[in-house]
Amino acid sequence: MDPFLLEALLNGVLLGGVFALPVLGLNLIFGVVDVIWLCYAELVMVGMYAVWFLYTQAGWPLFLAFAICLPLVALLGILLHLLVVRPLLSAPPINQVLATGGVLFVLQGAATLVFSTEFRSLGVEMPPMELGEVFVSGTKLAAFVAALVGAAVLWAFLKFTYVGTAIRAIARDREVMPLMGVDPRRIYLIASAAGGALAGLAACLLVVQLDVHPFVGLSFGPITFMICVMGGLGNMLGGFLAAFLMGLIVSVGGFYGSTDLSYVVAFLFFILVMFFRPQGLFTR
Amino acid sequence: MSAGARLELSGIQAGYGDFQALFGVGLHVEPGEAVGVVGPNGAGKTTLLRVISGLIRPTAGTLRFDGQDLAVLPAHELPGLGIAHVPENRRLFPHLTVEENLKVGAYTPSARPHFRQRRDYVYTLFPRLKQRRHQLAGTMSGGEQQMCAIGRALMSGPRILLLDEPSAGLAPLVVQQVFELVRRIRQEGLTVLIVEQNVAQVLRVVDRAYVLETGRVAAEGSSAALAEDPAIRRSYLGGH
Amino acid sequence: MTPRAFRTMKDMALPILVLALLACVPLLSPPDYLMHVLITVLLTALAGTGWALMGRYRLVSFGHGAFLGIGAYTMGLLWNYYGISPWIGVPLGVAAAVVAGLLLGYPCFQFRVVGHYFALVTLAAGEIVRILIIALRDVTGGSLGMTPHQASPGDAFAAMQFGKAGFWWIALVAWALGLLAWRLLDCSMASRALAAIAEDEDAAASIGIRVTRTKLMVTALSCALAALAGALTGQYRMYLNPESLAGLGISLQIVFGAIAGGMFSIIGPTIGALITIGLEESLRIAFGTQFTGAAALVYGILLVLFMIFLPRGIAGLLERPPRASTGRKAPAEGTVPVA
Repeated sequence: MDPFLLEALLNGVLLGGVFALPVLGLNLIFGVVDVIWLCYAELVMVGMYAVWFLYTQAGWPLFLAFAICLPLVALLGILLHLLVVRPLLSAPPINQVLATGGVLFVLQGAATLVFSTEFRSLGVEMPPMELGEVFVSGTKLAAFVAALVGAAVLWAFLKFTYVGTAIRAIARDREVMPLMGVDPRRIYLIASAAGGALAGLAACLLVVQLDVHPFVGLSFGPITFMICVMGGLGNMLGGFLAAFLMGLIVSVGGFYGSTDLSYVVAFLFFILVMFFRPQGLFTR
Repeated sequence: MSAGARLELSGIQAGYGDFQALFGVGLHVEPGEAVGVVGPNGAGKTTLLRVISGLIRPTAGTLRFDGQDLAVLPAHELPGLGIAHVPENRRLFPHLTVEENLKVGAYTPSARPHFRQRRDYVYTLFPRLKQRRHQLAGTMSGGEQQMCAIGRALMSGPRILLLDEPSAGLAPLVVQQVFELVRRIRQEGLTVLIVEQNVAQVLRVVDRAYVLETGRVAAEGSSAALAEDPAIRRSYLGGH
Repeated sequence: MTPRAFRTMKDMALPILVLALLACVPLLSPPDYLMHVLITVLLTALAGTGWALMGRYRLVSFGHGAFLGIGAYTMGLLWNYYGISPWIGVPLGVAAAVVAGLLLGYPCFQFRVVGHYFALVTLAAGEIVRILIIALRDVTGGSLGMTPHQASPGDAFAAMQFGKAGFWWIALVAWALGLLAWRLLDCSMASRALAAIAEDEDAAASIGIRVTRTKLMVTALSCALAALAGALTGQYRMYLNPESLAGLGISLQIVFGAIAGGMFSIIGPTIGALITIGLEESLRIAFGTQFTGAAALVYGILLVLFMIFLPRGIAGLLERPPRASTGRKAPAEGTVPVA
């Protein structure tokens, strides 16, 4: 096989890993709270700025900046829930989405105000690694591994802990939860924190690969929504798989055509899936 | 099983929005008793249980368990007090395994340390559940799901068990098994309040029963007395 | 579409009077800056009105930017590469957008893609247009944008390159067309069909309403208005770029404007445009370019507050409560209809 094609496939898998985290986060929130955080990519953007700032401006060690990023964005997730989502829990879904859309503007505006529209780079790069015939960016590989670890931690949390099991339960039957002593409001907060933490982790992965600027969310936000829905809204495993599928489409499409057009192909693919299997590719 | 406590309702009014379902209902359940609530469809039986377990707030009346006013507490605190409600239609989590369903039942902090012990007890009560412990709850038969739902409720170590129409949608043989189980649980000393449409079956299991009709208590008495009552026999027992 | 809309002279008189008055504005020689702001308001209002035509019937699109872009770039490309006058280019752009809207809408409606899913499909469509514009950068100029060729003074009219006064009238006519379209729709049987569909699609189908066809009709109208707004904006600014004419950012701004003003009222999106543009300009006047980003920040906070406290927008405050006798109730709880 053409080593460049192989490289494209490999990069597609790595890209999928990066998409996977925001997709898992979005699905978690949707499954539990039944709300779409339209501003999810902007939460990631805030995390990216946090890491960039702490590392390049405040001189913190990189790992410390990473470590702080997760709880920071988790806190942001909690605030988002308390201030914006909770007041609208019984409102029509489109109002909820629009309100989080408002937060999207708030975060973009705040970032512009504080950091201006300049592109900021972390300036960290790991040397490319050689795997057989192909070269792979060291940073991308590290990011991929971190994403898998994050997904694994999430899976373990959902599978083995009481709260995690309750989260999986509430996604299907909200009403009956109090009968088992589960306070839905607390579960929403925990899920919001977890969703935020996942966004924070995604930020750590992305900040080493992309330049930060206030509108960076628009470059990966829409596609993560597409992936979420393609995998089946609320379906964690489906979203996870769909992320890799899209990563491959984008990467292989970029190999045969241009990167821009590969995104067009990816979006068209999404639209087609919506016509034929709107419930998601991987839903039972 | 934990020591029982008294459940007491008086003058309960409740409904859904503009629609009132209960008009001043009163009843009591003594520790260790098994009490039934029977009546036709739409009488308000399910509403009654939902009021007790906190899913609906009464608009008037008092609701006490072990002397404690339940109406002021949020619903999710009631299992901690010892009230376990097996809802109508089971309401298991179909995408979770049997054991995971039981786990959710043990969610309250006071129940978690006893998870293993209670789970094993549930498995001795329902050996078939043990066989299916890693099976998805949604793939089980109606009777097995009912066992699982009851088992899930038992995981919180309740002092009173509320059962909403346990025979609904089940074949007669399975219904027998379910009520047999209820009898066994009773024997262990658990207080039980059963809402049922299958009057014949439930009267064989409970000590006393109330008859609820259009949101009001129309009759009450020992199960023996009610079984003999000609009006009851005519309306609910296929009369003769 | 019946002439019932114009049955009474009274019905007609007020709008015509208002339009006539507005048409006279340039005669007062207002400052260029003010004209610029007002023209922008009219074109933004047109886009919002177009969006709200669908939005009020639960066809919430997060990708209306696509139609702005198709309208604008069709016109711009035809002018720059083929010298085709915008007087022809704009209608062609509108037609292209309508075709695109129908192509997207038909399978959506046939396959019952509604609610969240419809919103996301439209989002994808908006992004596709934006990315296509960027990808075809050799032709369109990509992210850097495209400038329509300046015509020589003699050809200015044919090139639709006017001063502020000329554009004011064009924008006014376009805006009025949008309102006219709204009014005609409101007075037609289609609006009742749409309301029925919005309430319960299955029930509507069962009483013989041709759901897909009705939805396609309002989609076509909505896309046409959006494309008109996009094309005129591009022409007015003499500059087109994908960020301001396609993609999620501009799509959300249109949605916000229409909702803040009140998307159930004919004048709502216009009020919304006044609010958003007014906000942006006041901030610019107050702070200059110092605080770029402040406008977005304030928009965003307002959007959240509106969703929580004023879901029917400003126009909602001015609405009369729905009359019980009409039997057609306002969408439930005075909020944006549920997806």
